[in-house]
Amino acid sequence: MSRLLETTPSQTVGPFFAIGLPWTGGNTLVSPETLGERIEIRGQVLDGDGLPVIDALVEIWQANAAGKYAHPEDRREDALVDPAFLGFGRCATDADGQYRFYTIRPGAVPAPGGRMQAPHIMLIVFARGLLQKLITRVYFESTPENAGDPILGLVDATRRERLIARTEPAGAAVYRFNIVLQGEDESVFFAF
Amino acid sequence: MSPLHGREMPGVTRYRPEQPGSQPPYLHESYRSTVKRAPLAAPVIITPTLSELTGPSGGWERLMGPACADLTAGHRGEPIGERIVVSGRVLDEDARPVRNSMIEIWQANAAGRYVHERDVHPAPLDPNFVGMGRVETDDDGRYRFVTIKPGAYPWRNHENAWRPAHIHYSLFGPAIGTRLVTQMYFPGDPLIEIDPIANALPPAVRDRMVSRFDLDTTLPDIALGYHFDFVLRGRDATPLEERA
Repeated sequence: MSRLLETTPSQTVGPFFAIGLPWTGGNTLVSPETLGERIEIRGQVLDGDGLPVIDALVEIWQANAAGKYAHPEDRREDALVDPAFLGFGRCATDADGQYRFYTIRPGAVPAPGGRMQAPHIMLIVFARGLLQKLITRVYFESTPENAGDPILGLVDATRRERLIARTEPAGAAVYRFNIVLQGEDESVFFAF
Repeated sequence: MSPLHGREMPGVTRYRPEQPGSQPPYLHESYRSTVKRAPLAAPVIITPTLSELTGPSGGWERLMGPACADLTAGHRGEPIGERIVVSGRVLDEDARPVRNSMIEIWQANAAGRYVHERDVHPAPLDPNFVGMGRVETDDDGRYRFVTIKPGAYPWRNHENAWRPAHIHYSLFGPAIGTRLVTQMYFPGDPLIEIDPIANALPPAVRDRMVSRFDLDTTLPDIALGYHFDFVLRGRDATPLEERA
């Protein structure tokens, strides 16, 4: 095997990314033509002292309502791309550490081995003080498929709930998903 | 055998794991902001699924708006500072070009000041410089920006702390697993040796983030050229079922 090139190290996004990375409407993944049930996901990013992280950048990546990713390597023919849904969004946290996304509930997507994964959204966090990105997943409460999800099944049962977004009193389609970077209630982060 | 070690998704290959030692730790105490923000639990290691093996891969203009490859343009006058060209390629570990992939940059002006309300460094703003750009790589994985050389600036990490001059970069590559945010430094900068962020990596790895001066891309009478290539995680050719 030929020698591999050495990969470029990660560095923090720093405190000033807002001049370059967020774009107008970046937290709205839907347009009027987008297929699927509208949902809002909101939450707060917190540090190890429970203080809001006011300079975090949150990104989400998800399948469309049919469970199809807008990506050339999702080659399944039984699920169709929605031309009105790219599946990527970006939101900087505000002065209270809050982020929010307006999107649709994703469909279930396959797991290796012919099984299915419960509907979920990939969520990536960058911040001052994070030398590398953090990756977690947003699942939805009251979803029967969660019980058989192969990734949730790898997570210690006592920590699994940290991957589940809960509906807010504001409405059934508004979900809260807080991200705790450190400490007793630390979020579950994945590596692969 | 875990159910995840079943048949590979048709036509989808995974990415190689991060090369050992190539990435900084989350907790690096001399960079003070990591102390309350670094997770303490180890990440849960998973075999990637379609969710990890895909990622935003196009429609960039529709998402973010038009490209901006010349940070010195679009204002009433010329920005103050040393005009530079930064260019290079985005490659994977096997030296294959990463094509049509978004690269975003942001940076301080020549005086070391960001156009940001929380940057209170008493250095002047430049009415002719914002400091943000974005371009897609071409079919050879090439990118090119025209900008000005950013200044060093003080920060509050410790007594008399100064960041070396740097340009922030954000890259996507083909999948969530290749997403990379990093910083590019300039050759010969004495602040690199004493910067807690750059030195979250040992010197040999740290120095992968230092660009090199490049006479070939230097524009006569106009701008100095700096060359910087990025290397993102590559494909693992071994099918999942052959892994132990």
